[in-house]
Amino acid sequence: MQPFSGLSLLIRGLSGQRGWTAQWRSPEPKAAYDALIVGGGGHGLGAAYYLASEHRLTNIAVLEKGWIGGGNTGRNTTIIRSNYLFDESAALYDHAVQLWEGLSQVLNYNVMFSQRGVMMLAHTVHDVQVFKRHVHANRVNGVDNEWLTPAEARAFCPLLNIGDIRYPVLGAALQRRGGTARHDAVAWGYARAADALGVDIIENCEVTGILRNASGAVEGVETTRGMIRAPRVGVAAAGHTSVIMKMAGIELPLESYPLQALVSEPVKAVFPCVVMSNTIHAYISQSDKGELVIGAGTDAYTSYTQRGGLHITSHALEAICELFPMFRRLRMLRNWGGIVDVTPDRSPIIAKTPVPGLYVNCGWGTGGFKATPGSAHVFAWTIARDEPHPINAPFTLERFRDGYLIDEAAAAAVAH
Amino acid sequence: MLLIECPYCGERPEPEFVYGGQAHIARPQQPAEVSAQQWADYLYRRDNTRGVHAERWRHTHGCGRFFNALRDTTTDHFLATYKVGEVRG
Repeated sequence: MQPFSGLSLLIRGLSGQRGWTAQWRSPEPKAAYDALIVGGGGHGLGAAYYLASEHRLTNIAVLEKGWIGGGNTGRNTTIIRSNYLFDESAALYDHAVQLWEGLSQVLNYNVMFSQRGVMMLAHTVHDVQVFKRHVHANRVNGVDNEWLTPAEARAFCPLLNIGDIRYPVLGAALQRRGGTARHDAVAWGYARAADALGVDIIENCEVTGILRNASGAVEGVETTRGMIRAPRVGVAAAGHTSVIMKMAGIELPLESYPLQALVSEPVKAVFPCVVMSNTIHAYISQSDKGELVIGAGTDAYTSYTQRGGLHITSHALEAICELFPMFRRLRMLRNWGGIVDVTPDRSPIIAKTPVPGLYVNCGWGTGGFKATPGSAHVFAWTIARDEPHPINAPFTLERFRDGYLIDEAAAAAVAH
Repeated sequence: MLLIECPYCGERPEPEFVYGGQAHIARPQQPAEVSAQQWADYLYRRDNTRGVHAERWRHTHGCGRFFNALRDTTTDHFLATYKVGEVRG
C-alpha cells in the first residue's frame, strides 16, 4: 500500500497525478480461509479490517456480489449522529462516533468526517416533549445533545423558515458532534487498510449457499466463483440478509424496504449543517461537491428493486421547499433507492446465531451508515471471540423471543 | 407509484392503499398454550421473500376492504390480487 501524506499528494499533484497504483488487490478466491465476511459494504469491510488489525485474523476474505460500497454504503445520505434514547443504543452509536473522530488517521484515508452538527426539528408539542426527553437521556449517557429555541435554531441554520409554514418550528435538538462523512471513502478506506493487512477482497462473488457439517456448524459457502471453506462466516448483507440467512435455515424478524434519496444540482456552499424533520419528513445536508443531499422515506411495501415511488420523493421535496424556501427553484440531479432491512424495534441485530460459526450483523434499517465503524468493530470482536462485545451484547436475535426489545422507533421514525 | 388492482373496485393508484404486510399469517388459536418462540415467530418473523410475495393491502381511500396480492419483489410487478379467504392464487 502506498501511504498517503501531504508530501506524496504534493509530489503526485506536481507530476500530473501519474504513478498512483491500485489501492487494493483483486485476488482470486482461495479454497479456504480462517473466516469469511459476506457483504462488501462499510460494515463488512470494516469488520474485516478490525479482524485483521485487532484480532490478528489475516487469512480472511470479504465476498461481495457486486462491487464494494455499491449497496447501501454508496446510497445513503451520510448522516452521523448518536443521540438515541436508550442506554444500549447510546453506547452503540456513540462508540461509532468516537471511532469516526479518529478514522481518517487510523486508516490513512480521508473519510471527510465533518462534525458540522445535526439539528432535528420539532414541529408539534409531542415533538418538543420527545426531543427534550432525548436531550436529557443523552446527557445522562454522556452523549451531547442540546435543546434550541426556534430563534436559536434559525441562528444555527440561517436558511431555516421557522414561522411561515404549516407546521412552524417549535424548537430543535442539536447534536454538535454529529455531521457527515464521505460514504465512498469509508468503503475504500476500510478496503485499502484491510487489503494492506492481507485481507482478500473478492468482488463479483455472490454467495449462493452456506455449507454446514454433520454437527450443523458452518463449513464455508458456495459462491458464483466456486466453493470457499471457512469455519467462521459473518453476514453483513443489509437488505439481502434474509436471503442469505435462509440458506442456513435461519428466518429473521426482518423486512426489506426501498429507501430513497436524491441530490440537487451542485451549488455554492450555502448549507452549514444537517437538518432533519421527523414530522414533515425530510432531511438535508450539502456535500463538499455542492450538491444538496436529501433523504426521503421508505416506500410502504417490501421490495428488492433498489427503486421506489416518485410520490415518496415528491413528499420529501415538498417539506424541503417549505423549510428552505430558497431551494424552491433548485433542480434535482439524481435519485435512487437502497434496500434497507428493518427490525420490529428499529434496532440492529449484531449477534451469534443458532448455527455455530455463523454470525449476523443486520437490521440497521434506515440508519446504518452512521454506525459503520462501531458496528464493524463489535462485529469483528463477536466473530473473533465467539462472544459478543459488551456493547453489542443486548442486540441479540433472542431479544424478540424474550421481550427485551430496544425500541428506537421514536429515534428512527424518520428514515435517516 | 404502483397501480394496484383492488378486487372490489378495480385498478387504482398506490396512494389510495395501505400496505398490510405479509399475508396468510394465522394468529395462534390458543396464545396461552404456545411457546415464547412460537409467539415471537407469529409476531415478528417474516419471510421477506425475494421473489413472489403474498401480502395484504387495504383500499383505505376506496372501499376500505383488505385483500391479498401476489407481487414479485424483484420487479414490483403484481401477478394477482384476490379476496381475503380465497386460497393463494
